[in-house]
Amino acid sequence: MKSLQELKAMRERMGESKGIRTRASPTKITVAMGTCGIAAGARSVLLAIMGELAETGLRDTAVTQTGCLGMCEREPLVEVVHQDHTTLYAYVNAERARQIVRDLLSTAEKEEK
Amino acid sequence: MKYYRAHVLICSGSNCAIKGCRSVKQACEQEIIRHGLQGEVQVVDTGCLGLCDQGPALVVYPEGVMYGRLTPSDVLEIVSEHLLKGRLVHRLMQQPTGPAGEVSPLSMTPFFQKQKRVVLKNCGLIDPERIEDYVRAGGYTALATALDVMTPERVIAEIKQSGLRGRGGAGFPTGRKWEYTRVAAGQQKYIIGNADEGEPGTFKDRLILEGDPHLIIEGMAIAGYAIGATRGIVYIRGEYELSIHRMELAIRQARENGLLGEGILGSAFSFDLEVCAGAGAYVCGEETALIESIEGNRGEPRFKPPYPAEKGLWGQPTSVNNVETLANVPSIIEQGALWYRSLGTPNSPGTKVFTLTGNIVNSGLIEVPMGITLREVIYEIGGGIPDGKKFKMAQTGGTSGGCLAAAHLDIPMDYDSLQSHGSSLGSGALLIMDDTHCIVDLTRCFLKFFVHESCGQCTPCREGTPALYHLLGKVSAGAGGHADIQLINRLSRTMQSSSLCALGQTAPVPVLSALQHFWPEVEAHLNGRCPANKCVMGKAAGKIAN
Repeated sequence: MKSLQELKAMRERMGESKGIRTRASPTKITVAMGTCGIAAGARSVLLAIMGELAETGLRDTAVTQTGCLGMCEREPLVEVVHQDHTTLYAYVNAERARQIVRDLLSTAEKEEK
Repeated sequence: MKYYRAHVLICSGSNCAIKGCRSVKQACEQEIIRHGLQGEVQVVDTGCLGLCDQGPALVVYPEGVMYGRLTPSDVLEIVSEHLLKGRLVHRLMQQPTGPAGEVSPLSMTPFFQKQKRVVLKNCGLIDPERIEDYVRAGGYTALATALDVMTPERVIAEIKQSGLRGRGGAGFPTGRKWEYTRVAAGQQKYIIGNADEGEPGTFKDRLILEGDPHLIIEGMAIAGYAIGATRGIVYIRGEYELSIHRMELAIRQARENGLLGEGILGSAFSFDLEVCAGAGAYVCGEETALIESIEGNRGEPRFKPPYPAEKGLWGQPTSVNNVETLANVPSIIEQGALWYRSLGTPNSPGTKVFTLTGNIVNSGLIEVPMGITLREVIYEIGGGIPDGKKFKMAQTGGTSGGCLAAAHLDIPMDYDSLQSHGSSLGSGALLIMDDTHCIVDLTRCFLKFFVHESCGQCTPCREGTPALYHLLGKVSAGAGGHADIQLINRLSRTMQSSSLCALGQTAPVPVLSALQHFWPEVEAHLNGRCPANKCVMGKAAGKIAN
């Protein structure tokens, strides 16, 4: 490193912030992974969400799992908490999961402006 | 950069290593691979979380759930339940859950709530063996700022204004020490980071070095820039193998990234650092004895003046600072002296790292604002005295600190308040004892340590420490009288006024404070009775004492 700029660039490159470890994530995505969720394909939904997060750079987002939410017929279920706003998505598949993350990104971008 | 949905941070500090954190980590990694989670879950070695008593411990994020007292088989359950299925393993959890099963953040638990982490800000959150983790957490920004927009004089002024005082025990203002070294005439100036932590019950320097070695490098580079030193030495106690290993690794990484060496970050400032391992003498924590030891001589203190700021290592101007002091520097440069002054008390700004040991529920490592009361530390952060026993005594500042009684629980913990009660902040050791211990027996143990560690150079310390030890033995055996107490008092005053260094000057402190604060108990011994039933009275005991 030869300058302050390079130091900053290095930090940018490191990307993924400490947000996850300080529980300061502004956004939390919860995938219901009870037996019902897993049977309906929650696992591929989870992996799709993670893949999309890595690509979009929304690395501050926390992804967790939970058990059955009681609406087994609508699994896989994904709950998104952003700021104080909660949205529950039903019948999620890998493609819809990626779309959820992309929507989050555009919301976050609008907020920044 | 890969995205991991879960981070498992395993404490890899020495205290947890003793309790088997390596096999816990191995089990964790194997089990994660067995379940095919290696692409989703990141396992990280990290520094001390502070709750050493509950080691081996790990924290799973994003939930921020801490699991403690783990065995490898417990880990199998954590992986298959928590990491795979998202179900918390309540049996192993170290924090309460709310009515809806939500986990309260670690920072809200009584142990962490009253703490303020400046020195330990990254401890337990980053991987100390990766410079990337430190940089990502904002590391080396303070150094870059200092080099970019501040003159060395400005850095010193900022540190002076912050009121930062030496964290090794004496509490000397750091900015003034740096200024003396800066203005002293000399060709090659040195900055020395003192991590020769010899005080029994103190392990803060070790855990700071193990948990965040780059913070020390950054602090020392800023110090070097301020005083005009191009070379620095971290003097680490020889027994601290992990600290030495991580410090050397961090120095190599800093060099590879141009953060040590010629022209740091494009500036004209060059600075390099090396590690020097101590050889196991308590007295080498004293700055001039430490310098003698680096020069290859016997570790014996020098006469002062001249102070190291004028003539230190190899006769050159040298600033010797405790590593905790240096660890405060980057935050002060980054956030300003005023911010630092907003923490702690007017005469002792900032925070202090303490090591809690003895009869206390949460033994371990804590960082609190200066001026917090002993009661808050013991009963709120420390969780109180175990097994329903009663608090008897707290010794602050290590073996050379004073013994405080229950009446002192509400005095603020800062340099001046403790000194006015015959004790000291010292290096940050905090030994808590319950009412099953005898004060005479305890002080005799403390003195035994000083008899062993006196370097033998000056007479008051070399002869005074064994004499005090034997007199206390006599009292402990029920064979002492008021004349012996008088002699203890006189001898102590002589040692305090005429010993060459702080070792002999402070060795009588626990004895004098015990006589002052626990006199009825000492007096009972003169009448042949030990109220705590610890001391062996009579002839047989007399033999042991002599």
